[in-house]
Amino acid sequence: MEFAELIKTPRVDGVVLHRPFMPTVEGTLCLTGHHLILSSRQDNTEELWLLHANIDSIEKRFVGSLGTIIVKCKDLRVIQLDIPGMEECLNIASSIEALSTLDSVSLMYPFFYRPLFEVIEDGWQLFVPEEAFKDLESMTDEWRLSEVNKDFSVCPSYPSLLTVPKDIDDESLCKAASFRHGGRFPVLSYYHKKNGMVMMRAAQPLTGTNGRRCKEDEKLINATLCAGKRGYIIDTRTIAVAQQAKARGGGFEQEANYAQWRRIHKAIERSNVLQEGLIKLVEACNDQSHSMDRWLSKLEASNWQSNVKEILTTACLAAQCIDREGASVLVHGTEGTDSTLQVTSLAQIILDPACRTIRGFEALIEREWLQAGHPFQQRCAQSAYSNGKPRSEAPVFLLFLDCVWQILRQFPCSFQFNENFLIMLFEHAYASQFGTFLGNSVAERLKLLLSQKTVSLWSWVNRPQELERFLNPLYEPNNLVIWPSVAPQSLLLWEGVFLRWNRSTKCLDEAYQEMVHIIEYNKELQNKVNSLRRQLAQLETEDGPLQTP
Amino acid sequence: NQHLRKIYILQVENVRLVDRSSSRRTQVGTLYLTATHTIFVGKGSEDRSELWVLHSLVCDVLKHKASQNGYPLIIHCKNFQVIQFIIPQESDCHNVYISLTRLSRPEKYEELYCFSFNPNVDKAEREHSWDFLDLKAEYSRMGLPNKLWHVTAINREYRVCDTYPADLFVPKSVTLPVIIGSSKFRSRGRFPTLSYYCKENHATICRSSQPLSGFSARCLEDEQMLQAIMKSNPGSRFMYVVDTRPKLNAMANRAAGKGYENEDNYCNIKFQFIGIENIHVMRNSQQKLIEVSALRSPSMGEFLMGLENSDWLRHIKSIMEAGIFISKAVAEEGVSVLVHCSDGWDRTAQVCSVASVLLDPYYRTLKGLMVLIEKDWVSFGHKFSHRCGHLDGEAKEVSPVIDQFLECVWQLMEQFPCYFEYNEKFLISIHNHVYSCHYGNFICNSQKERKDLCIKEKTHSIWPHLWENKLDFMNPLFKPDQSQNQGLLRPRTAPYCFKYWRRLYNRFDRELHPRQSELDCLMTVKEETQQLEEALALYEQKLAVLDKERAKTLYMQKGVLESKQALWSSPLDTSLANTPQDYIGGFIGGAPNVFTLQQGERESAELCLFGDKPKSSDADNSDQESGVADFSSHSSGEESLPSEDSVKDPDSDETGPNRA
Repeated sequence: MEFAELIKTPRVDGVVLHRPFMPTVEGTLCLTGHHLILSSRQDNTEELWLLHANIDSIEKRFVGSLGTIIVKCKDLRVIQLDIPGMEECLNIASSIEALSTLDSVSLMYPFFYRPLFEVIEDGWQLFVPEEAFKDLESMTDEWRLSEVNKDFSVCPSYPSLLTVPKDIDDESLCKAASFRHGGRFPVLSYYHKKNGMVMMRAAQPLTGTNGRRCKEDEKLINATLCAGKRGYIIDTRTIAVAQQAKARGGGFEQEANYAQWRRIHKAIERSNVLQEGLIKLVEACNDQSHSMDRWLSKLEASNWQSNVKEILTTACLAAQCIDREGASVLVHGTEGTDSTLQVTSLAQIILDPACRTIRGFEALIEREWLQAGHPFQQRCAQSAYSNGKPRSEAPVFLLFLDCVWQILRQFPCSFQFNENFLIMLFEHAYASQFGTFLGNSVAERLKLLLSQKTVSLWSWVNRPQELERFLNPLYEPNNLVIWPSVAPQSLLLWEGVFLRWNRSTKCLDEAYQEMVHIIEYNKELQNKVNSLRRQLAQLETEDGPLQTP
Repeated sequence: NQHLRKIYILQVENVRLVDRSSSRRTQVGTLYLTATHTIFVGKGSEDRSELWVLHSLVCDVLKHKASQNGYPLIIHCKNFQVIQFIIPQESDCHNVYISLTRLSRPEKYEELYCFSFNPNVDKAEREHSWDFLDLKAEYSRMGLPNKLWHVTAINREYRVCDTYPADLFVPKSVTLPVIIGSSKFRSRGRFPTLSYYCKENHATICRSSQPLSGFSARCLEDEQMLQAIMKSNPGSRFMYVVDTRPKLNAMANRAAGKGYENEDNYCNIKFQFIGIENIHVMRNSQQKLIEVSALRSPSMGEFLMGLENSDWLRHIKSIMEAGIFISKAVAEEGVSVLVHCSDGWDRTAQVCSVASVLLDPYYRTLKGLMVLIEKDWVSFGHKFSHRCGHLDGEAKEVSPVIDQFLECVWQLMEQFPCYFEYNEKFLISIHNHVYSCHYGNFICNSQKERKDLCIKEKTHSIWPHLWENKLDFMNPLFKPDQSQNQGLLRPRTAPYCFKYWRRLYNRFDRELHPRQSELDCLMTVKEETQQLEEALALYEQKLAVLDKERAKTLYMQKGVLESKQALWSSPLDTSLANTPQDYIGGFIGGAPNVFTLQQGERESAELCLFGDKPKSSDADNSDQESGVADFSSHSSGEESLPSEDSVKDPDSDETGPNRA
């Protein structure tokens, strides 16, 4: 298919662009296969480059022959284009609609994007399971890297290499896999160096209504416990939901069969409910009516903040079991690809200082999201402005980022990255020139040949020029476990994402700049003082020892 | 303790102090009541903790139903601290209750703490403290007196209006009979007088009480007064009269012979209602807000709906909007504004001072905010004693009027982080002292009452005290030279711009606040920067002179600077950072013994005078993680405690059978 077929009108003059808090721009609108471009032809005014993939939905309006297209983006921005001429407007609108809803992954921009920078460090090679396993091996010898899923036949959503207890052979793994939803048998997620406790993740066990059991599954997870020790199974669903799952062949671990484990149920919403919440929240944030009451009830009705609280609480609980109770933990929900990953990745941020560095956080996203098989492409196909009935869209990853932001707010000196880094990840998860978030699993990404045909987000982000704006000036590494507050009073609305386009950031940017300035000036002075001190010391030694004992 | 033993009124042993966030941090100790404070001294550990609460800060003492350990006594404070004691004997509990209730509701001013507070300063110094702020200097900063405005001596003896200050600015053109006539036509004699003067365009903010207009009464002198105010702004052709009440309330007042200005009777006025609710609505609203803020582990829904149902933020928004209206009239239109409500000492004070903060960068400095409060609130007769309930009296007179002003300033600081010299600790400190009766500034209801009571002779002033501690109150992000900061602030008023002020309402719930503070961190860096600047200057000087002997001494000093660098990471409140909360709900209570999930509370509840944050004793926080090791030492004494957290796990019907 040629993109040209979809572009009925490639360019229109005299288009006026309206954006909140910015002056209107008049110029020429151009459509390419992947971008909507508006340029004013004046040198100093900025152009608009918008990826079609970033467009969530559009609305058309006509007043006489002047057409207006409201473009609603996945990054939550809303812009307005006034297009003279009804036909042009209709053409543009239908082209945008077609181009922003392309079905085939291989037509996506990352396959066409050629970087203008030299790739020094290939992001595709940056986080390979073998490397992570080497780190693990230096701490413990109780785990092995299994190739049982080499051809993705045991579990299509798992990577080919998985870390499992040393004493469990591949045959047992296969049997355990057949007892878990989607074949997602328990695998290692995190090893807590301090006390050797571990966090594992899986999908729900397929106990069904008649209470099926699987000795291999039991053996597998018991193998992670030391003699006499017990562990916790954190089921991210309420007991009621877990009970209902039995009717569909799912279920939860019966304590009779898992005597060394104690199960705790939490109440993280299922992903389809989350999408509704996002839509409601963004609606509330965009509502310009000036009543205080409506705002708070709408915020409440969206349940967004409740979801943040519940996810964080569950992650904290997992971390607490590991760090404070000295117990190992198994986390699962239903499929083990959504709430499970939210919990395991957040628990690591709480426990492991390495995850709070830029590289460590990237590695965490690779490990716990991309390789762990979070279906990014399905979940991020649409955002808050989607009109249609949601299929499998859900802001699971966005909620995770929101939770990270909450921890960052509470520990502003403990993270190497700043809020912009999280916002950038949100944007790229939904629409990007990079291939990192394409596909739903490692298997799909291999099939798409992403590492050959597209550029990795990490190849770009990790360049010093880019990294600079993502660095937190307040960062001071600390080795502590950081326990956030999950009280409603402590959790804030993430304005940087949800009110981003509804406010002027001038004053906040100014404050950020000032903060950077304060710290840079301090460092500069320190350097000056140190060098002067050295100079003085040198002068002193040249004069011979003057010290008296 | 020696000292305490001599002066206490009441002493009770084996009292438990319950930490509201975690029952595990309960402490046992001795409770003392002195003439001025409730004091709890924890026993046991070497670093004995103490809790001191001023009686004047206590707003409510409640007895609760007896529990396993004794008789709970709950103390609610005006600074939003909630303290829970459990007293073993019922009779002791009752005695404490009776005494504290009596002590916290003094009947006479002389019983207030400020009259007995006696810091170690001599008489001259104390008297000097009252000269720290000078309102005359403030008016001259504004450019007054000038050829159009002057001070009238008419109220020198407080005869025209006993709730107004002695010195008042009025247009030069008004005669004494006009002032007297106008004052007779205004509630409580509070005639229109100047609050703020804008040098650049001569526009003013004036204030008064409502006119006694009833349905048809008019007063020539009052009309002349307004005309004179309008004329004193040569460029303008009209002035605004802003009635800050809801229209309905103002109309109801007409039946009582009060009311509002009729546009037909006053030439060239534009009349405007703003619709801020009265003190009773505000009191109830804050009460609801306090209840929400004090909820123990509420759900997100409970919290948000509670916040909404309190209506508190809606009221803050309406006050802010009134301030914005007035500041824009003055700065953008160059039009003078007369503001009033009913008596002109509550909403009027709020709105005039919010407008002033928006208009004039001076009020966004430490000194400026002090001056503003001294002028618009203290001197103009905001009834602090009544509104803050300093004395036992009419509960209906109590209202958080000044809380709302301070909160408006905080909301502005959130929107304009670089334009305020002070930080929120300053606002919270002022709030605390408005209620504490520690200093004489906020005692009584008017200047006259303070004079009659010899406040300046018998008490101390808060302002120099705050000024001495100004390093704590500085906003590190403040950019005084910013051109945008010179003019009018234009805050946004979309509902989401108004936020819940956690630092005030949950001030004493340490676990709810960020564990590392950006503010503290930046303040430390700035302090260090200053030291570096000094060192740099010295080094440069030394190098230039090449005075070797002195260079050597400097070299020896480097240790001082190096040790300072450790401060950089100290804002991390280590003990808290390492304290997980109750993330499990009722899980702990129902768990079998082998499985007891204990929270590693390594710190015993740290308490101190006036709730100031205790300094982390250990600046190096690298090895603070080992909370687990502390389990044993802590749990032994606590086994007998009832589990305060034994809320039923929503899923407990499932965990039950599994355990069996």
